[in-house]
This record gives sequence, C-alpha cells and structure tokens, in this order.
Amino acid sequence: MHNLVAGNKTAADVTREVVGALDRKPTALWWTGFGLSFSALLVGIAAVVYQIMVGVGTWGLNNTVGWAFDITNFVFWIGIGHAGTLISAILYLLRQRWRTSVSRAAEAMTLFAVICAAVFPVIHMGRPWLAFWMAPYPNTRGPLWINFRSPLVWDLFAVGTYFTISAIFWYLGLLPDLATIRDRTRRGARSRLLAWLSLGWNGSCRTWQRYEVVYLLLAGLATPLVISVHSIVSWDFATSIVPGWHTTIFPPYFVAGAVFSGLAMVLTLMLIARATMKLQDYIGLGHIEAMCKLVIATSGMVGLAYLTEVFIGLYSGNQYEQYAVANRAFGPLGWGYGVMVGCNVLLPQLLWFRRVRRTVAVVFLVSVLINVGMWFERFIIIAGSLERDFLPSSWAGYRPTPVEIATLAGSFGLFFTCFLLFCRFVPVIAIAEIKGVLAPPPLRKPGPVPVSRLVSEAGS
Amino acid sequence: MGQRLIVAVFDHEEDIRGAVAAARRAGLSIVDVHAPYLVHGLDRAMGLRPSRLPWICFLFGLVGAAVKLLFEYWTTAVNWPLNVGGKPWNSLPAFVPVTFEVMVLFAGIGTVLTFFVVAGLRPGRDASLPDPRVTDDSFALVLAPAPKDDSIDREVVEEMLSRFRPVLIDEQISMEPGR
Repeated sequence: MHNLVAGNKTAADVTREVVGALDRKPTALWWTGFGLSFSALLVGIAAVVYQIMVGVGTWGLNNTVGWAFDITNFVFWIGIGHAGTLISAILYLLRQRWRTSVSRAAEAMTLFAVICAAVFPVIHMGRPWLAFWMAPYPNTRGPLWINFRSPLVWDLFAVGTYFTISAIFWYLGLLPDLATIRDRTRRGARSRLLAWLSLGWNGSCRTWQRYEVVYLLLAGLATPLVISVHSIVSWDFATSIVPGWHTTIFPPYFVAGAVFSGLAMVLTLMLIARATMKLQDYIGLGHIEAMCKLVIATSGMVGLAYLTEVFIGLYSGNQYEQYAVANRAFGPLGWGYGVMVGCNVLLPQLLWFRRVRRTVAVVFLVSVLINVGMWFERFIIIAGSLERDFLPSSWAGYRPTPVEIATLAGSFGLFFTCFLLFCRFVPVIAIAEIKGVLAPPPLRKPGPVPVSRLVSEAGS
Repeated sequence: MGQRLIVAVFDHEEDIRGAVAAARRAGLSIVDVHAPYLVHGLDRAMGLRPSRLPWICFLFGLVGAAVKLLFEYWTTAVNWPLNVGGKPWNSLPAFVPVTFEVMVLFAGIGTVLTFFVVAGLRPGRDASLPDPRVTDDSFALVLAPAPKDDSIDREVVEEMLSRFRPVLIDEQISMEPGR
C-alpha cells in the first residue's frame, strides 16, 4: 500500500474535505440510518423503564439460568470495543500507517460500545439506583467494604478504567483537529465552544514533541489494559465451577474473540461512514483489504480456541466437562453452536480471496454476520452452560422475553445513534494524522520572497 | 512591550526542516515552530531536550498501584475483615487485577494532566497563532534575537531563509511576556 490516501491530496485539501463534510447537510442515507437507530433506542428506553418499574422478573431467567441475555449483551459490547483499542493503540505501536484513516472512528466505536456494555450490569442489578454501592466508599454499614476478591468488582474497575483511558486517548487525538476546525469557523457560539475544547492548541512543535510522547505512553498503557479488561470479563465465568465455564483457556479465548468481533464491527462502521460521509478517497479498498486480513487472522485464533476447548473438554477425563462439550454442539442450543462456527470460522475463509475482499457489499455482509456469530458464541457459553450443570434434576431451559429482545435492540439503537451523531459533529478522519502520511507535494522553484512589511502583533 | 519576533511561513515540510537547521547554524534563537501535524525529527532539529513525561507516567503508575494495594489490604484485612468463602484476609493474588487497573488509570490521567500543565494547554487559553494557516497546511518558524545582542537583522534573516521558499516573512511583537 504505497498511497494511503487517493487523489493526490494536499494538507489543505484534507482540511477542506474532512471539515467540509461536517458543514454539509446530512445525506438521505444518514437520515434513514439515524431514524432507524433512534427509533430502536426509544424502544430500548421504553423496555428498560418497564423492566426497572416491574423488576427483573420480566426476563426469562429461572433458578438454573440466572445469567443469560443480559450478560451476553454485556460481554458482546465490551468485546466490540476492544478492536478500537487494537487499531488506535496496538497498530500505532506496530507503526501500521494505514490505521490513520480508521483510528478515529474505531476509537469512537470503543467509547460507544463500552457505554452500551455498561448499561447491562446496571439494569441487571434490579435496583440500579443503588449502583453506587459498587464503589469503595466509607459507609454507615460497617463500613462494609466491597469484596476485592470478587471478579465482579474487578470488572467494575476494569470497565471504568477502560472507558476513562479510551475517552482520554480519543480526546487527545482530537485536540489538533478541534483547533483546525476552530480556525475555520466564523465567530459565534460554535467557535467559542471549539476554542474552549481545543485548549488553545496552536501547533507549537514544543507541544507536538510532548504530545507524541504522551500518545505513545497512552498507547503503551492501553495495550495491556485491553488484554486485562477482557481477561477479567472472562474470569467472571472461569472462576466459577460450572462445567463449560471453569477453564483456563477463557482469558485468551475471550480476548481473541473480542478483537475479532470488534474488527468486524469496525469494518461495518467504516463501510457505513464511507458511504454516508463520502470518504472513499480516505477509506480505500486497500484499507478494507488490510482490515479483512486482520479479520482472517483473528478468525483463525477464534477457531483454534474452539478446537482447543473441544479437545481439552474431551481429554479431561471429567464426565461433566465431556458432557458440556457434547451438549454445546448437539444439545438444545446446538443450532446456535452451528451459527457460531459457521459465521466465525467458516464464513471468514471467503476473505482469503482478493476478489471477495475488494467487493464492498460482500465484505459488509460478512462483517455483519461475524457479529451475529460472535453474539451467539457468548450466548452459547453463558446460557448453554448454565442450562445443564451437575444435577439433572435442576436442568432447565431458557427463552428470552420480548422485553429482553427490545433491550438488545435498544443497545444497538444507542450505539448507532451515537456513531451517526459522531459522524456529523467530529471529524471522522484524524486530520492531523492523515496529513502526516500524505505524499509530499512537489517543491516549487525558489523565487522572490513575498514579504510583508507590516509590523503586526502576534496572534492578531 | 513585548519582544520583537520574525515569523517566516513555509508551505512544505522539507523547507521548514531546512529553515530550522539553517537558523540554528546561524545562531538565531528559535522561539517555536508551528506545524499542522507532527513532523518527525523536528524536535531534534530545534535542539529540544527529550521529554521527561515517561518518568512522570512511571511515577503516577507506581503511586496508583501502591495506594490501591495498601487500600485493598487495609479494607479487607484491617478495617473490617470479613470471611468470604474462607479466603485469607490478605488475598494478595486476588488484589492484582484491581491494582493493575488503578495503576493504569493513575498513570494515564496523571500523564495527560501533566502534559496539559507543562504545555500550557487549558480551556480559555488564547491560541495566539503566528499565522492562521498553521492549523491547516503551513509551517511557521518564529525567531527571536539571540540572547546576547538584542538586534535581529531582518535582511540577513530574509537572505538566509530565501532558499527555503518562504511564502511570507513578517515581523510581530510577542504579547506573551517571557516567551
């Protein structure tokens, strides 16, 4: 990939096009997407209000299956976020210059996905107004401190830190671009807001030098952070004794799955942003191909994890483990296992073909189906394992209720509403980063110097 | 009254590199260089010291981890010990995940806030751009008289910079004292 941006653009072209995209009226495609997402969000809000008023009894849970739809959605959304950090931090450390076109959108995706994820444990509490009990603060109940040995408390800290660091990383990357928009905006409320948000950024190289160091440090911090977050999520299950959950492969298995589903989501969003904001020059077929290759790689890791799980389960010599493996593939949720293997391992193999990788419609379809498969993976692991534990007398089935399905639809509504608003108000392409990877324009011949004889004041 | 400054604007990365190197060779004091994006190696060309922010990051991380570990020990083993599943009061291995998260949180927030403070970035700060194009596509070199003699010969500077294709050379008065 020699030219990262098509069309021989200069730095001024980048400013004009990316900032200009924010000033144009939204396209019909954008309004359609926004209308659909916002409607889904409203349905979700209604469902959440209803289930908080009536109680968690509106869900399909029973004594045996105490975790199902809700926690599946939590794990699914947290996983989506991880590819954003992979692209913005890990690919930055690996000096993958093509990431500049997609990093901003991927980081935004991380933020919105973590917000969607955080909704679910909070509503699962049943009394979300007591959520602050999770924080370690001196209280009148003892003080009865939270239990730092519990993976659920680890989760709170992991997700909280992840959200905070991702938000800071995103804002830091946005800082030079906010200044660029500020200097192109006429005086008014928007200009004052941008001046405030851009913190007086003036492109000073003394600041740029420190900025690079801070960016590198944050990338270095975010890389182990992202691995820790999904490892901790997997410990919610792995530290229990439920057959099918109690395995040491869970942390790497969950991290690989998270990055895989997140990459598929980045691909989906890239293609949406490309079409709705007309950014074909910045997000070219080369970028899509690079993403597809990462999808194949992570799909392979996920497939390896599936195989390992089956092998270790059968090899364990433990009848409960062996039964859990057989039940996963051939039990009542066996069809879901088929969806999961089909979408996550078999379907991505199409991306080995260059023709497929360069056909946008097929790539879009594959990326959406991968996330269907990844959602089923979490559902099979969570509900499927709980349905069949040690005592056959306590076996039960689980069916989601319409309230739970509406909540899931609402989380997609929240995610896409946030993303589409982001496309309208924030430059989708990291302007300052893209300018650094442009091919340099041809040099002019040295000529007479246009010199201003005016003595002016700095900053005027 | 502020300091007299000479601002030269360029529109090419190669030119600003050359101009910075030439200005340093001529012994002029470079107040700052403004660029629309991160130009790699310009900090070395300007003779800037490497940033000490990695140390700040390390210290914040160390403080975060230490504080959190002590806090976890104090709450579970000292202040209100509670028997959870027969686990020891001081369950050090189980404290590792939260300690790690808090370390990352402290290091990240601390580094970014320190960066804002040392770079003087804050809401409401006047950007005072030497040229409005530096956040778009141009580079500006801001020169000041050498510390010893207070004069800066405009003609000499123009002569020196002319081979780097400047688009504008201008005189400005710095409004920020001690810049």
